[in-house]
Amino acid sequence: MKILQSNNFYLNQDINMDIIDPKNKKELTTDQKIRRRTFISFATFFAMSAAAYEGWDWLYHVPSEANGVTARARKPLRAAMNKTELFFRKFFSNNHLVKTYPKSMAAKRVRINSNIGNEDKNFNPENWQLSVVKTNGEVLTVNMEAIKALPKTEIIFDFKCVEGWDQIQHWAGVRFIDFIKHYKLDDLTSMQYVGMETPSGKYQVGLDMESALHPQTILAYEMNDAPLQTAHGAPLRLIIPVKYGIKNLKCIGKITFSDQRPPDYWARRGYDYYSGL
Amino acid sequence: MKVIKEKHSLAMRWTHWVNFPLLTIMIWSGMLIYWANDAYSVTIFGYTFYHFFPDSVFTFFHIPYRLAEGMAFHFLFMWFFTLNGIFYVLYTIFSGEWRNLVPQKKSFKEAWLVLLHDLHIRKTAPPQDKYNAAQRIAYTAIIVMGLGSVLTGLAVYKPVQFYWLCWIFGGYNFARILHFSLTLGYLFFFIVHIVQVIIAGWNNFRSVISGFEVVTEEPAIVAGLADENKKSSGNENLAIE
Repeated sequence: MKILQSNNFYLNQDINMDIIDPKNKKELTTDQKIRRRTFISFATFFAMSAAAYEGWDWLYHVPSEANGVTARARKPLRAAMNKTELFFRKFFSNNHLVKTYPKSMAAKRVRINSNIGNEDKNFNPENWQLSVVKTNGEVLTVNMEAIKALPKTEIIFDFKCVEGWDQIQHWAGVRFIDFIKHYKLDDLTSMQYVGMETPSGKYQVGLDMESALHPQTILAYEMNDAPLQTAHGAPLRLIIPVKYGIKNLKCIGKITFSDQRPPDYWARRGYDYYSGL
Repeated sequence: MKVIKEKHSLAMRWTHWVNFPLLTIMIWSGMLIYWANDAYSVTIFGYTFYHFFPDSVFTFFHIPYRLAEGMAFHFLFMWFFTLNGIFYVLYTIFSGEWRNLVPQKKSFKEAWLVLLHDLHIRKTAPPQDKYNAAQRIAYTAIIVMGLGSVLTGLAVYKPVQFYWLCWIFGGYNFARILHFSLTLGYLFFFIVHIVQVIIAGWNNFRSVISGFEVVTEEPAIVAGLADENKKSSGNENLAIE
């Protein structure tokens, strides 16, 4: 045991001999070594801390992106959002269904969080028609009767707001995929995006095609077994459970298809364009 | 005599100091997000003891109306936070350092003694290897917590695509509560950690930046000490006075 101990002792001495003063080639004393290593490591530490702070300062004050389909986010952060979107889209699947609940769990008072694009007092749901703009410029107009004639799908799911709240809600309407099939718009689904906007055009959402065609994406005209009220987006609104509430546009006036990102109200206010769940 | 003793590897020091600003940014950006629906409070029998957080706290840190900004920062820095954590865990595994860190069977009993000692209730200090029992538990728990933050975060972030993860954490709402609670856990850890570092003193603090500690070493071959030294001679520890 004594031998082991003393071996350790000399081993440590060897390790400590590696720093030699280059000028006089004399071994430094332990105190000198301590001072030297402390100085070097702390200097490095402070230099790197300063660099990290500078980096942060740059990112914090970096200019916002140019106004386009997206806006008001710091340029590098927007780039990161778009990259992160690409990563997480790999996990998207039509087989990943949003959890559904029994009707009894659906909220009776459905939260109304915003009426942007839905404030037009003169808007009359009776005269409403849905316009679907095809890529060749042709416009398909569909009235409420025709939509109600399509197979009805109900969903009771946990509606999630980007703010953090959620609520179990009960909606019914026609699945977007059923709508596409019925009006033989299948060719248009080879495009990358679907755009939807309110009749006034004030509120718009852009959706990646796969999310739009998800089996739980619904053009809804009923809530809690009753026709939609204006505040909830009468006569027809989007219910897309694979997205945050900001994408669930109230009162659809026009649907478009595009390979470029269509305008999106909240993406121009610093939010992620994808906003998928 | 004074001897320089290597204590912390560069990998450990690097990940430790990188994690500090990363976690700070994650907590700050998380606050920007949380503000938009500041639903949590400690309420027992209808009486609210504390609301997370009082307006004064939000105002002080310039939190209100910055949800979009918060999300943008949170979902960028989550990558660095996660990668730094993965790097640290891989390092501890491949270097064998995990042996100094993972709690042993006796750690849970010993940690209690460490606590009593630290609170000046018990005089004798419990055995101190590189890390004592309480440190083993704390430094392993903080890594498990980090993993928990990443996973609960992922569950809240993509509750549809990672529905199974959301299910594991008790659903969307409970995952969100866990994610929030873990953050409170970091703040608690931080306070205890800072106090302990201050108490432990300069030599200990320096080692997390420089990597070495200065120990005073008794000349090893002293007849009277031989028996006492037997116990510690099995490992590489020199007598630390």
